Amino acid sequence: MSVTTKPVNQKAWFLILPVFICVAFSAILPLMTVVNYSVQDIISPERRVFVGTEWFAAVMRDQDLHAALWNQLKFSLAVLLLEIPLGIALALSMPAAGWKASATLVIVALSLLIPWNVVGTIWQIFGRADIGLMGATLQRLGIEYSYTGDALHAWLTVLLMDIWHWTPLVALLAYAGLRSIPDAYYQAARIDGASKFAVFRYIQLPKMRGVLMIAVLLRFMDSFMIYTEPFVLTGGGPGNATTFLSQYLTQKAVGQFDLGPAAAFSLIYFLIILLFCFVLYNWMQRLGQTEKEGGHE
Amino acid sequence: MNERRFKKRTVFLIAYLIFALLPIYWMVNMSFKTNQEILSSFSLLPQAFTWDNYKTIFTDESWYSGYINSLIYVAINTTISLTVALPAAYAFSRYSFLGDKHVFFWLLTNRMTPPAVFLLPFFQLYTTVGLMDTHLAVALAHLLFNVPLAVWILEGFMSGIPREIDETAYIDGYSFPRFFLTIFLPLIKAGVGVAAFFCFMFSWVELLLARTLTSVNAKPIVATMTRTVSASGMDWATLAAAGVLTIVPGAIVIWFVRHYIAKGFAMGRV
Repeated sequence: MSVTTKPVNQKAWFLILPVFICVAFSAILPLMTVVNYSVQDIISPERRVFVGTEWFAAVMRDQDLHAALWNQLKFSLAVLLLEIPLGIALALSMPAAGWKASATLVIVALSLLIPWNVVGTIWQIFGRADIGLMGATLQRLGIEYSYTGDALHAWLTVLLMDIWHWTPLVALLAYAGLRSIPDAYYQAARIDGASKFAVFRYIQLPKMRGVLMIAVLLRFMDSFMIYTEPFVLTGGGPGNATTFLSQYLTQKAVGQFDLGPAAAFSLIYFLIILLFCFVLYNWMQRLGQTEKEGGHE
Repeated sequence: MNERRFKKRTVFLIAYLIFALLPIYWMVNMSFKTNQEILSSFSLLPQAFTWDNYKTIFTDESWYSGYINSLIYVAINTTISLTVALPAAYAFSRYSFLGDKHVFFWLLTNRMTPPAVFLLPFFQLYTTVGLMDTHLAVALAHLLFNVPLAVWILEGFMSGIPREIDETAYIDGYSFPRFFLTIFLPLIKAGVGVAAFFCFMFSWVELLLARTLTSVNAKPIVATMTRTVSASGMDWATLAAAGVLTIVPGAIVIWFVRHYIAKGFAMGRV
């Protein structure tokens, strides 16, 4: 919505206040604690030394981190490029009403409801060539498939698992967005004799912009922090093929118990996500604005 | 032309649904097998069909209480999330005020923190306020990522509703609460349905925070499940059965909100 035409009303803060309190309760203290860790060398709970930005510098120079970050960026980009169009296509082809709509909605939502560690476990079996449906089928088709041995296969399996797991999120959001387009818009398009594509491009897509923005941001940040599923499925291997950023972080924080560097890493990690989301958000906002201006006025 | 287009879409839809169901089918298949059968042979249907895995879960209190605990905190969380998010989303979509854009984006930044390092401070915070191992603790902690999500989703839907509707209602003498509940809410049913489902879903599957903040009394099912990984190896069959059962409550939730999502504005009143 065009921001400039909204009436100014400072009392609206009262409507925000409950949200502010709920979120701030869990957000501010933990964040401050982590900031606190990140500038100290914690030898034991009683012995702490202030080290300033040392950890930040060390983390930024870490070669392994660069590799993990690069891996992560490729993965998140692939996730966005595949899941967003697939989700939109799925939403467009889902029936609008009746028992078919209900049944599809439930089936589409199923994969979202499985706890993440179970998702990884199921795919671990599902992909095995001896006892899993997908692995065995590929084997019978003559494809030497092994997600534990081949780096590319492992990467593709994690990607496929993510598509299976999370495309429904995009689809459900887009579907709900589609369903809240008033009928009048479609009638107007019918009178104008607009093609299916024109309806999609000039009515459905702009009207879905709000929900799609949420879908893109959610998928970006969640895929950027993906941890449980690849950890259970491949354990980061073979080699480092599926070691993503959060796994690297957890190794540091939990495995080596280096709280200081791990906290500095967390904050850098957080800032990277923040930066990308900020750019994506503003870019999509801008896209909407120019579209509105270039529209009919 | 329309006919063929329709068919193409149906084929695509059916293909996707099969893709979506295959891993789940395999999980259901596994849940009726014994561990030995899962690991020794490939079969599309269980050869030695057994209910034992489900029996384990339904007769062992430490298993089924996990479901109850999860349902309790998820219900508390979803209720609080929607209650606080609705007015806030309205404020964001209708008014401009000091710091509105900053607060709106700040909300979402709370979903961007990788959990590994944040678990310890969370543990300390909830120990200090004396909420450890309660359902409320998990429900409150999950607000961190569910409230921003709900606000963003609802704001998106509310912005799609023309402001003239509000103004007409106020001229007609509606008070704000009455207008909000009787006119505005029905218009954004789809958004409320999706937001409720996503709050339920994210809280239901979240593992790390839920496990950190509970030990016995409020231990969630996702944490109980990690038991199936032990030194003696994986208990695949029980895990599969537990996995099948974790889908059920969510499937019921989406069944209840399906009308909100499917119909929405287009076919509702007004």
